[in-house]
Amino acid sequence: MSNWDILWSSYDVFLSGFYNTLKLFGLSAVLAFLMGSAMVFLLEGSRPRLKVPLRIFIDGMRMLPFLILAYLLYYGLPSAGIRMSAWTAGIIALVIYHGAYFAEILRGCRATFAQGQVEAAIAQGFSQPQMFMRIILPQLILKTRGLLGNQLIILLKDTAFLVIITVRELTAAASSLSSTYFIPMEAFIVVIGFYWLISIGLELFIKMIGRFGAKRGFENA
Amino acid sequence: MPETAAVSIRNLSKSFDGTEVLRDVSLEVQPGEVVSILGSSGSGKSTLLRCINWLEQPDRGDIRIAGDRIGVSDSGKPMSRRELAGMRARLGMVFQGFNLWPHLSVLRNVTEAPIHVQGLSKTEADERAMALLEKVGMADKREQYPYTLSGGQKQRVAIARALAMQPKVMLFDEPTSALDPELVGEVLGVIKDLSKEGYTMVLVTHEMEFARAVSDQVVFLDKGIIIEKSHPSEFFENPKTDRVRRFLELEAPAV
Ligand SMILES: Nc1ncnc2c1ncn2[C@@H]1O[C@H](COP(=O)(O)OP(=O)(O)OP(=O)(O)O)[C@@H](O)[C@H]1O
Ligand SMILES: [Mg+2]
Repeated sequence: MSNWDILWSSYDVFLSGFYNTLKLFGLSAVLAFLMGSAMVFLLEGSRPRLKVPLRIFIDGMRMLPFLILAYLLYYGLPSAGIRMSAWTAGIIALVIYHGAYFAEILRGCRATFAQGQVEAAIAQGFSQPQMFMRIILPQLILKTRGLLGNQLIILLKDTAFLVIITVRELTAAASSLSSTYFIPMEAFIVVIGFYWLISIGLELFIKMIGRFGAKRGFENA
Repeated sequence: MPETAAVSIRNLSKSFDGTEVLRDVSLEVQPGEVVSILGSSGSGKSTLLRCINWLEQPDRGDIRIAGDRIGVSDSGKPMSRRELAGMRARLGMVFQGFNLWPHLSVLRNVTEAPIHVQGLSKTEADERAMALLEKVGMADKREQYPYTLSGGQKQRVAIARALAMQPKVMLFDEPTSALDPELVGEVLGVIKDLSKEGYTMVLVTHEMEFARAVSDQVVFLDKGIIIEKSHPSEFFENPKTDRVRRFLELEAPAV
């Protein structure tokens, strides 16, 4: 049996890893984006008391290696009496880490947002949440789509770190097959293919947003 | 009984960083009236207009829209955001820079607030919007996005957007100042039509001839003080102060 045959006979291991990675990625990406958007909303005027803690959180996360955060949540917190499954720890790590990045991307764009449009919405009687959801956020997404896309790719790649805290995702699948049969080269090549597959899907999604934006005169970001 | 003024401003003062920009301004706008606010740059025209819908908070004085005070609730406390939004929806504002929302089509710019602030159904809002777009001559562009429009077209959409909330009063802050000269006429034409239809309007403008033709009352601001308030024929032909006379010589030497 060639190495490739061995891998083919274990395709279910890859598939379950792929499925887990997709789930991990999809869930964390959505939650991280919501969290980032929520933080930018909270940074909108008239909440001065939230500004400093939010900034500290965002900058603190961005200065932290992701792996250390994952370690901390899974191996560190139990010593403080907080225990969670590898999945939960992994998703929380991905969400708060990338949530901070999303917040930073959106916040940077918000700072350059035309105040006149905001005033037009206020003058029309919009509430703050309505204005954020309907006027500001859609445009922030259209304007930062390139950066958001990059961040999603990084998020995808960071899911691979979770092998270290025993999450059964794609990299874990390759790693276990490679050590069981000692075929690291082939196992990891297959896994690269899967990551590319997700990345290509992601690119198409960002392109779609790009077309949506271009139709509205939002330059390619 | 006298009619309730559409806008009633009493003893309004406003400072920015210790500099008084409006001082003791009082002004009444009757329903159906068009009032033009004139004055040189920095005299406080925009600030006055922006105080009316509380985009700026006055330091002193009170402002009533159709009898109801804006910014301060009956109990004397500052209005909640919700109350304020309700008052603001009674006022339509048109800005110098149009301020359309670029991610929404022309039609959706106009229906956005009626649907999401007033709670109209999409069908009702569309119907109302189309009638207004018809009025400003932009119905055929309803599916286009703002970036494809000329300045004059953008401003006409912005006027339709403000009208869509069926405001009691329309506020215009130099609606034609950002336009190329050849596009000014189409926007002024729309405003003139509105005045004929009986809309109540407060208009900041540098278009002297237009102000003269369309206004029932002209107000002149100088360093935050109203120094003249009169009928346009009186204002333009027989100004009471040297300050206004000099202003008119500079702004409208032909008139
Ligand atoms: N938000 C602000 N903060 C500080 N100063 C301000 C602010 N808004 C206006 N001012 C100042 O208040 C004064 C009046 O400004 P305002 O915009 O009301 O003038 P204007 O009559 O509309 O002038 P223009 O014809 O140039 O539009 C100006 O000196 C301006 O610099
Ligand atoms: Mg001004």
